[in-house]
Amino acid sequence: MRGAPVKRSRRGGFDLRIPTAEREVLGAIPEMLRALLVDGDAADPALQRLYPKAFTDDEDASAEFHDITHDELLEQRLAAIDTMERTLRSDHLTEDELLAWLAALNDVRLVLGVRLAVTEEATVADFAGDPEAERAYELYRYLSYLEEHVVDALSS
Amino acid sequence: MAQTAPVETERPVGDEDVVPDVPWIVIVWNDPINLMSYVVYVFQKLFGYPREKATRLMLDVHHKGRAVVSTGPRERCEFDVSRLHAHGLWATMQKDR
Repeated sequence: MRGAPVKRSRRGGFDLRIPTAEREVLGAIPEMLRALLVDGDAADPALQRLYPKAFTDDEDASAEFHDITHDELLEQRLAAIDTMERTLRSDHLTEDELLAWLAALNDVRLVLGVRLAVTEEATVADFAGDPEAERAYELYRYLSYLEEHVVDALSS
Repeated sequence: MAQTAPVETERPVGDEDVVPDVPWIVIVWNDPINLMSYVVYVFQKLFGYPREKATRLMLDVHHKGRAVVSTGPRERCEFDVSRLHAHGLWATMQKDR
């Protein structure tokens, strides 16, 4: 059993123990997210999941809310992605840097989850026969594992 | 603390007079993607809830499909909704009826 990939460090901040091969995989995330956030189609369900309707039953108010908040939310997301990209090879992260990783990891999980239409009971067998979906689900599972440890470390 | 004799005042009748602003509520809806531990973490971080309360709310979301996570004036709720969206949670607000 391998040790935790993220741990709170005694000298402050967090130690990252992520193998090179996994960092290569993570390296594809910033560009993928950026492409969707900046050039994506607003009607894309994955993009809509990142900017949900704000009002339970008021379409006009939701549209207005979206207009007002969208740019700031986008800026926050892009900043988190930039930070993750810049620190992709680091063995040590500050708390702010790890929070940026968490934001980017969660965003990309939301995107993959929507694309794969995952359910709480999903297993890899659900995607058998579709190599692309299988690979995407493997990535989703890996990101879930990593995010779980990031949350653990931040809560410790 | 000093105690003073109660003063008789005329109480207005009807809810809308007692509570001048109809409060709003912020609801977080269940989704199959966000991790349970992450949702607990976000509730603690955004609202300062103790771990126990944050966990109870997360379990309500998970089992009942939704939970009211904050209440207050409209502006306050808009702020909370935008922070929840920034953290990837599926949150909406509505008047508390």
